[in-house]
Amino acid sequence: MLMRRRAGVQRDEGASMATAQAQDRWSAGVIPYAQMGYYDADYVPKDTDILAAFRFVPQPGVPAVEAGAAVAGESSTATWTVVWTDRLTAHQHYQAKCYRVDPVPGRDGEYIAYIAYDIDLFEEGSIPNLTSSIIGNVFGFKALRSLRLEDMRIPLHYVKTFRGPPHGIVMEREYLGKYGRPLLGATTKPKLGLSARNYGRVVYEALSGGLDFTKDDENINSQPFMRWRDRFLFAMDGVQRAVQRTGEIKGHYLNVTAASMEDMYERAEFARELGSIIVMVDLTVGYTALHSMSNWARANGVLLHLHRAGHGTYTRQKSHGVSFRVIAKWCRLIGVDHIHAGTVVGKLEGDPAMVRGYYDTLRESRIPQDPGHGIYFDQDWGSMPGTMPVASGGIHAGQMHQLLDYLGEDVILQFGGGTIGHPMGIAAGATANRVAVESMIKARNEGRDFVREGEQILAGAARHCPELQAAIDTWGDITFNYESTDTPDVTLTPTS
Amino acid sequence: MRITQGTFSYLPDLTADEIGAQIQYAIDRGWAVGVEFTDDPHPRNVLWEMWGLPMFEISDASAAMHEVTACVQAWPDHYVRVSAYDASLGRQTTALSFIVNRPGDEPGFRLDRQEAGDRRIRYSLHAYAADQPSGQRYGHPNGQRR
Repeated sequence: MLMRRRAGVQRDEGASMATAQAQDRWSAGVIPYAQMGYYDADYVPKDTDILAAFRFVPQPGVPAVEAGAAVAGESSTATWTVVWTDRLTAHQHYQAKCYRVDPVPGRDGEYIAYIAYDIDLFEEGSIPNLTSSIIGNVFGFKALRSLRLEDMRIPLHYVKTFRGPPHGIVMEREYLGKYGRPLLGATTKPKLGLSARNYGRVVYEALSGGLDFTKDDENINSQPFMRWRDRFLFAMDGVQRAVQRTGEIKGHYLNVTAASMEDMYERAEFARELGSIIVMVDLTVGYTALHSMSNWARANGVLLHLHRAGHGTYTRQKSHGVSFRVIAKWCRLIGVDHIHAGTVVGKLEGDPAMVRGYYDTLRESRIPQDPGHGIYFDQDWGSMPGTMPVASGGIHAGQMHQLLDYLGEDVILQFGGGTIGHPMGIAAGATANRVAVESMIKARNEGRDFVREGEQILAGAARHCPELQAAIDTWGDITFNYESTDTPDVTLTPTS
Repeated sequence: MRITQGTFSYLPDLTADEIGAQIQYAIDRGWAVGVEFTDDPHPRNVLWEMWGLPMFEISDASAAMHEVTACVQAWPDHYVRVSAYDASLGRQTTALSFIVNRPGDEPGFRLDRQEAGDRRIRYSLHAYAADQPSGQRYGHPNGQRR
């Protein structure tokens, strides 16, 4: 039993279980969630059901099946005791069903529960409602030591109630006129402290040197050292000057994150008025604000970049929280045009197999179940456009072959320090990155084994590009090798 | 200056062999290959003139290279690009696009600033080449390259 009766009430455990089974479902008092219908091993999920996979460790003495049923109950209709008002509803329709509980090999006491939710439980087109429903209640449950939402299957029926990315990968490329290679960006550095005019200088140098985008950092909003309006004016001058120098379309992600929705609209409107092709928001604005900004971005023809600020507090530990792949799904549904999704080889957490799962979730139309990549369910997005993943954090030109191998072509590679820290200056850093990506794509298309020959390819390109040679000399041997905190439960091992 | 539109603009100009290799990459993926030209370098000039129709289901690069060469010979002082188009579901857009010919002298752009209220600037980009009518923008007036 999940509930322990206080000492003084004499009830032997075995007798209570037997009594509960014989008990009418509706007698007042506590019966196991599994007996209230929240666990049903015979339940076959409907195509219209929303499915969730939860990883959990029950407290000692709590059966795994009962814990799974409790998660199903407390994320749908149940409470801790029988209530007669359940009989005023078609309760069997509304209650979530835990239909499967699997132990996790090699991790003692840990299980994965699979839970099905009827589509009628959810408001159409609302991520706030979906998240309040699935994660709003169960994570504090005393009977569980740890709980992690690993993955969700969103049926196409429900996907279709969401607007999806304001533009999407295809439309973004057509808007920019840039095809066939990863896009390049950089966050202005230092993160904080520059005044507006000097900020514009960094934007101008990086864009005119060859990057497609520059970016406000997540914590650049509107501080005493630089107010948003002043930053927007100088940044746009930098953008337009770089367009004039190169003849390409360029953008700077102007961060419109603010304390209230009204402030966000004010900033976004100004950005659009100045001719910016893109604005950015931080995940910390919340799902409601993201929906509003997504609607605004599509209505105004402006690309929407999302920085996943704060996600690491709950996505990183394998035992507890919400996996980033679920966050990625929610943000694609809302949607956004860009989302930071990991680099594998950079300074921030990201196991290669898991990051591959995130990128597929964001970009592909149909993603089959694949435990090796952390994909628990087949996911069909239908015709919803993809969200462009963004790789940002401690990457440099010398890793271009690895980046292309791990992350593919529809990605934005952001080199903040790797542009601004270049010994020959910011524009040189940008040029080094641009030459590196173009030469790697050219070599890949020619059929070269660019992963194995990556360093030679870069060295060959560097013969025509002293900026790239200097970048390789400065950072060539920098790596960030730490054991990942979040790895797949299964890995593929070659059989020959 | 040198406009850096297209996938390989930061690399040295591609040789005929290198262009052929990129076309072969496109053909191997079932993409249609098209040749286009323009003398309007503005970045928002999306619709360049088509040199014939896109080539669907060509089996080797030499047929496409023939068209590339013919277009460059016909329009030596225009920008010419090769584009590869992926018609598959979920994409249905250009997959690769790179410049294979440029005018001898690219005069670049002027950035015009119109001051509006409150330190706002309304920007517009003007290509110097567009001061002349189309067909007379680059090269010697009677068609020879300078």
